[in-house]
Amino acid sequence: MADFLLEIGLEEVPARMIAAAEAELLTRVRALLTRERLVVPEAKATSYSTPRRLAVLMEGVLAAQADSEEKLTGPAWKVAFKEGTATAAAQAFAKKAGVAVEALEKVETPKGEYVGATVKRVGRAAAEILAAEVPKEVLGLYWAKNMYWRAGKPERFVRPVRWVAAMLDAAVVPLEVAGIAAGNASRGHRVLHGDAAVVLEKAAGYAEALRAAKVVVSVPERRERIRKALDKATRTVAGARWREDHELVETVTHLTEWPTVILGAFEREYLELPEEVLVTVMRDHQKYFAVEGADGKLAPHFLAVLNTEVDAEGEAIIRHGNARVLRARFKDARFFWDFDQKTPLAERVESLKHVTFQKELGSYYWKTLENLKVARELAAAVKTAGVKLDEAALLKAAELAKTDLTTELVKEFTELQGMIGGLYARAQGLGETVAKAIYDQYTPASIEDAIPQKVEGQLLGLADRIQTIVAMFGIGNAPTGSKDPLALRRAANAIVKILAESGLPLRLSDAMGAAASKDGQVSEFLRERLSFYLKDVRGFAYDVVGAVLAAEADDVRDAMARAEALTAVRDGEDFAAISAAFKRIKNILRQAGEKGFKVGSPKSVKLAAEAQALRDAAAALAPKVAALRQERSYEEALALIATLRPVVDTFFDKVMVLDADEAVRGANLGLIDEVLRGFSGIADFSEIVTS
Amino acid sequence: MLQQPYDTEVGAGTMAPETFLRVLGPKPYRVGYAQPSRRPADGRYGENPNRLFKHTQFQLILKPPPVNVQEQYLESLEAIGIDLKKHDLKFEEDNWEWPAGGAWGVGWQVMLDGLEITQFTYFQQCGGMDLDPMCAELTYGLERIAAFLQDVDSIYEIEWARNPETGAVVTYGDVRLSEELQFSVYNFEEADVERLWAHFNSYEAEAQGLLERAGKLMADEKAPAKEKQRFPLLAAYELALKCSNLFNLLDARGAVSVTERVGVIGRIRALAVGVARAYAQQQAAA
Repeated sequence: MADFLLEIGLEEVPARMIAAAEAELLTRVRALLTRERLVVPEAKATSYSTPRRLAVLMEGVLAAQADSEEKLTGPAWKVAFKEGTATAAAQAFAKKAGVAVEALEKVETPKGEYVGATVKRVGRAAAEILAAEVPKEVLGLYWAKNMYWRAGKPERFVRPVRWVAAMLDAAVVPLEVAGIAAGNASRGHRVLHGDAAVVLEKAAGYAEALRAAKVVVSVPERRERIRKALDKATRTVAGARWREDHELVETVTHLTEWPTVILGAFEREYLELPEEVLVTVMRDHQKYFAVEGADGKLAPHFLAVLNTEVDAEGEAIIRHGNARVLRARFKDARFFWDFDQKTPLAERVESLKHVTFQKELGSYYWKTLENLKVARELAAAVKTAGVKLDEAALLKAAELAKTDLTTELVKEFTELQGMIGGLYARAQGLGETVAKAIYDQYTPASIEDAIPQKVEGQLLGLADRIQTIVAMFGIGNAPTGSKDPLALRRAANAIVKILAESGLPLRLSDAMGAAASKDGQVSEFLRERLSFYLKDVRGFAYDVVGAVLAAEADDVRDAMARAEALTAVRDGEDFAAISAAFKRIKNILRQAGEKGFKVGSPKSVKLAAEAQALRDAAAALAPKVAALRQERSYEEALALIATLRPVVDTFFDKVMVLDADEAVRGANLGLIDEVLRGFSGIADFSEIVTS
Repeated sequence: MLQQPYDTEVGAGTMAPETFLRVLGPKPYRVGYAQPSRRPADGRYGENPNRLFKHTQFQLILKPPPVNVQEQYLESLEAIGIDLKKHDLKFEEDNWEWPAGGAWGVGWQVMLDGLEITQFTYFQQCGGMDLDPMCAELTYGLERIAAFLQDVDSIYEIEWARNPETGAVVTYGDVRLSEELQFSVYNFEEADVERLWAHFNSYEAEAQGLLERAGKLMADEKAPAKEKQRFPLLAAYELALKCSNLFNLLDARGAVSVTERVGVIGRIRALAVGVARAYAQQQAAA
């Protein structure tokens, strides 16, 4: 058995695409070798990548496929041989199977005698298969953005392929990818190793051979190296820590082949700029890590991850160069900050008329007016329910919320939209409540984010998103399938999350208020998002969520409480039986409906004893369950419903619901309908999956 | 070969005909030129040490690119005095597009010690047409590179020339500061919006007229090749460039609302793409 190495040498691949491509190449190569019976399923495989290469090392590859035999079955024997002579049918089959007519066998099958043939297949050599199949797998890799580079555009790939190494142990596999013939040579670090080829003696020595050429091909190893180097560089500043940033660690890991880290400094005066701006400049524009002091505040330092290793002189040069660029960026940011201050937010409302929110709808000025309407309605609704809030501050925040779109700083750092407005509001003395509400208007940005802490911020965030969703649905821009260019799902997720995690006494329908469209499209959309929240964020089982939302899907926190109660009781034996019984009731009612049977009143005839017993028990239980539901003691209510089990079981054992007698049948149907309705207010138990 | 910069206002070296038109068609071409590039909205009255209304791009077109184009590029850095062993260099994804020219490519911004010194693009489409062969477009930011090499914090401190006898220095600021200041004032404060629109419309009308005739002529199979070749498409393109610059001025002046923007870019695109199409036909007729 041999090791198979495949390395695709590329011009620098975008960092954001490397991890997925590395994983996909591994999957493809493993699948290919497995499909071709060249490895055992548990064969060890390792993948590697750097900006300039994707590689896979597969162990335990067979030199060739095992020879195999295949049994083919052809026409019926009596059709194939007439009086011992092969007919045309026999000859055609023999030809197709690739055997002589004399080699055909008689096969007994349950359907009678048939002609069979044993076909021997000689296993193909691994090298031959790899040469034919690997190029297809490589060129089949998915890339978010492709290019072509060869004349005639024979293929598209992320960047030009510049070399290929393909080896089975020490032997080159003669394959070709995008016009490049594979060899046993790789390339090392551009600067530290230079242009000389890195000759690989055997597949297994790949990672070590490249390490000698100043390339760490293992992604986890580079990531670890970077983390340690960041720690080490930060230790030179007493009490300091670098700001954890997983995403940035991944980016720089995929931007380097031989990472090292330097610590640089900037002038203290820049710390007067908001931390958000400083960190964004460092992270997004320069890919630097921010450093904080023991007090958690930003320190005047930065950490840059280099793709090289230099002596002390080089380090000084690089530190100096990076610091100069950062200083220029900060200067720019300060220029914008000062420039923006000359026109306070309040004076910017008018200019929102020139910023389009949505072509068919209007400008951000229009949106601001609409947001104000929704904010007023929401404020009125929560005040009625006794929530204390600073309504003037909320409305001021709603009025100014979008004005930062006209500032230079937001044009430069669009990701800081909202935050910048909040910071300006604070600097312009508009008060903490207004500033914080503007600052937080886009939180939670993702489902993991926390919601705004204060009521005003929560309401502003709700108003803005509700307005957007309703307006977009109004002009037929509802998300469809995977298409959601305006991120309405994310907006709706945030609405659900704010309602679920704040103390706001608002139902979804209250929140949507007059703004909701009449056709129920919006409420259906929100219900879907609520279902997503309960399942994917809160982790409730899908059937529990289905059951709970079938009963009611308007009050988010109530739905959560009911889902919790249902989760707690669902596995009880009695409860499972009740769920099964309710499912049965639903089925019977459905069948009855299909057959046109009338649902009568259980009072209309004398019921069977078991039916009457069920009716009595249900009648006795109903007020108690209703009282418990009223006080939201859902678990107790559900436990009480579960006590119905014996009477329900007996009822179904003894009573034929669909009785031949129309009056009895009608009364029975009326009874089970009453039970179903009476006890489905907390959850529709028939949705629960029982084993 | 080396070319002179184009003598009409452009926003980037790509827009000069030496790039925009030469990349079309199958004919190999290699050219370099230092192109002053105007971006009215980037003006900062000469107060910002890193932003300019007009900067200079050294633009290099390699059609088709050699296979070792990246290595050759690195050698070019060494040639201007950057010892790569003492610096940190990265190729970071940065794709380029000029929607009004129907042009785009994929590539990198080349980062040297955290400074973007070059935009490196594999040009894929121009004038809405696939390029075959495609080309490498290397755009060196000359002011940045000079400031880097001379280790000065402000572009205006770059030493432009030195008198070999007296050692007296002329700086970038000496040469260009007043231009930055005055054009910032013009672009942001003084430019007459109505007249700019009138100029725009006028240049557009003339370009459209030429394009209409070009369209008929290039489609006419019976028209003699000579007739096609002498048709002034280069002039039509220059008119399109005028429109593009006027649009940038109007934009800096705050006179283009977001809603209007798309429409105006569409108008410029119609001209630029129209010229590119006709130019490709004209070349094919030769």
